[in-house]
Amino acid sequence: MTRPCTLHLSRIAGLAAAIVVLAGCGRPGVPKQETAASRNERAASPHLVVFAPPPLSEIPDDAFGAEVRHGEALFRNTLANAPQYVGNSLTCQSCHLDAGRLAGSAPMWAAWVSYPAYRSKDRRVDTFAARLQGCFRYSMNGKPPPLGSPVLVALEAYSYWMAKGAPTGALLAGARYPVLPRPAQGWNYARGKTVYEQHCALCHSPDGQGLLVDGKPWFPPVWGSRSYNWGAGMARLDLAAGFIKGNMPLGNGGSLTDQQAWDVAYYIDGHERPQDPRYLGSILATREAFHAGPFDTYGRSVDGRLLGAGTGTTGTTTGAHGKRATKPAGT
Amino acid sequence: MRSMLAFAVGLLLGVAAHAAVPLQASKVSVSEAGQLERDAQIELARQIVMHGSPQGAHSCATCHGEEGQGKTKAAFPHLAGLPAPYLIRQLRHFNQMARDNPSMQAIAHNLSESQIVALAAYFSRLVPPPVMGATVHPPALGEQLALHGSGAVPACVTCHGPGGRGLGGALSAAFPPIAGQPAVYLERQLVAWRNDKRPVGPDGLMGAVGKHLTVEQIRAVSLYFAAQPTLSNVPTAVVRP
Ligand code: HEC
Ligand code: HEC
Ligand code: HEC
Ligand code: HEC
Repeated sequence: MTRPCTLHLSRIAGLAAAIVVLAGCGRPGVPKQETAASRNERAASPHLVVFAPPPLSEIPDDAFGAEVRHGEALFRNTLANAPQYVGNSLTCQSCHLDAGRLAGSAPMWAAWVSYPAYRSKDRRVDTFAARLQGCFRYSMNGKPPPLGSPVLVALEAYSYWMAKGAPTGALLAGARYPVLPRPAQGWNYARGKTVYEQHCALCHSPDGQGLLVDGKPWFPPVWGSRSYNWGAGMARLDLAAGFIKGNMPLGNGGSLTDQQAWDVAYYIDGHERPQDPRYLGSILATREAFHAGPFDTYGRSVDGRLLGAGTGTTGTTTGAHGKRATKPAGT
Repeated sequence: MRSMLAFAVGLLLGVAAHAAVPLQASKVSVSEAGQLERDAQIELARQIVMHGSPQGAHSCATCHGEEGQGKTKAAFPHLAGLPAPYLIRQLRHFNQMARDNPSMQAIAHNLSESQIVALAAYFSRLVPPPVMGATVHPPALGEQLALHGSGAVPACVTCHGPGGRGLGGALSAAFPPIAGQPAVYLERQLVAWRNDKRPVGPDGLMGAVGKHLTVEQIRAVSLYFAAQPTLSNVPTAVVRP
């Protein structure tokens, strides 16, 4: 029997408690095909293994270590280090906090030991490298670096190094984002707007466009042409709500209620963003093919607007940044 | 009256001469009535800074310096160039005994709301002192935490701006610059949050960050920011795209 479980990964310190709670509420097994139900089931597994990545100071001072450092730099400052593959103002760290190390923020050490895995999004078994390509294509609204390219090799080296000693295939505590139960009150745009104005607009700006400092993206845009595109995981309400609950407001993750997290996720994903790169020529066809799930807002009418028209910028590197940025980024 | 205007003009000229960048609070309205009101406010504040308040608050200059430059050796923070809304919030917290410091509580107790607003406007227009340079070399851990964060603690500069010099505009109201404050002062603030002794601030953000810091991290990061140049030396360009 599977009951939905609330995973409150508000703080690393809260992990131990979360594991105890989870151990009592579900069936074991790590399903390979991910659906909302199987995600809950997976998160509910009693076989959670506790793992902590080594400190950055332990990166070795040799040729391999240099590659690991390259990966870390890419992760933190993706645009500067891989401009040809990035089409927005985000970095990998924008959604995987502490340079991909933070539990509950889809950390890379937990991801490394989870692949290859079947992904319904791609309808095939994806390798870790293919998963990285996916994040470039959708979350970074860019182009996937070719397999074996220096960018992918460095990101793989960094992830592998962080996961050293973690058992392959094990379900690590803090993997991926917290899984929230579906909200009792559904989700609501007006309530989400209130949450956004009270807890998010300070940094992400009332218009969602974030902040540039000395020409560099500082607070990332949460919608619009410089944000993640419609094909990204964050454009799905369940993933966005989980991320927000665990990690936002920055520095105070876990402070929102589940209901607030769902509502504000709906508010953010209720705004236009770059077109899904798999666009099939019409919003309807694209919705049928890729966005038929209960957590999609693409192709739906939200606050009186039909979403999915895109913002006119897809997969480009230069020019996708704020017009008023002092130095055009990516050149 | 003449001396008051002369002072106001001198102050404005002084700010113009010193400021490498326009401080956000120094936007001067073209309205003459507004200007006169501001002159009066500055004169009111200057009296309190130099001679204390009629109700009995000590002169601010005794501890924070005539220019609001602070006293590093005594761990008195500089007030010059701190955003007015931030200063108002702190003085209210002292006034309500919510922020813990006996001298400042006694002083703020003897300030009215309009005096608080005037003092905040006064100090926010002054140029912060250049930093004197570190007496102790900050440990590497401090820089790591400041620039990259650690675990659930985001990089301090994310909210306090490059070099801890603030993010300017409306954001500085929430996130004060912290560069160049005395290390002992910074350390005391972070320990206060750790021990629930200082109000958690806007949306509880700093309270949450402070709770996660270890004593070792607090020491290291305080030494780091104490050694950073203030806004008077390095400008920051912030843009809402
Ligand atoms: C807009 C937010 C966003 C950005 C930016 C982003 N990702 Fe992701 N990433 C996600 C989401 C959402 C998931 C799915 C998390 C889940 O399923 O719980 C994910 C998952 C992953 C995974 C798989 C994690 C797992 O445990 O299966 C990897 C690997 C990954 N991202 C790498 C990257 C890299 C490398 C970058 C930078 C090139 C990047 N991501 C940028 C949102 C983002
Ligand atoms: C104190 C500033 C701050 C506040 C407040 C804040 N965020 Fe963020 N947010 C950030 C930063 C900074 C990042 C990127 C993390 C990094 O680079 O380390 C981020 C990342 C994100 C992302 C993923 C990247 C993107 O741009 O899509 C989303 C979504 C997000 N925040 C939503 C929210 C929501 C919803 C709230 C309110 C509940 C919120 N944030 C409050 C600073 C903040
Ligand atoms: C007897 C010395 C003394 C006098 C006089 C004094 N202060 Fe202070 N002030 C301090 C100390 C010490 C602190 C640091 C308190 C702490 O550690 O929290 C402080 C802190 C402050 C702060 C908080 C600064 C920050 O960065 O958060 C403000 C604002 C302030 N004082 C304003 C004033 C004003 C205005 C006056 C004059 C009316 C004044 N002070 C007079 C000693 C003094
Ligand atoms: C998520 C945003 C955020 C982050 C990250 C953050 N701060 Fe703050 N900080 C704030 C806010 C908001 C205030 C204002 C609190 C108030 O009004 O009392 C503040 C105030 C402070 C003050 C008080 C300044 C004074 O003059 O008294 C210090 C010191 C400070 N922060 C240090 C740090 C350090 C060190 C770090 C990194 C370990 C850090 N902060 C990270 C948001 C943040």
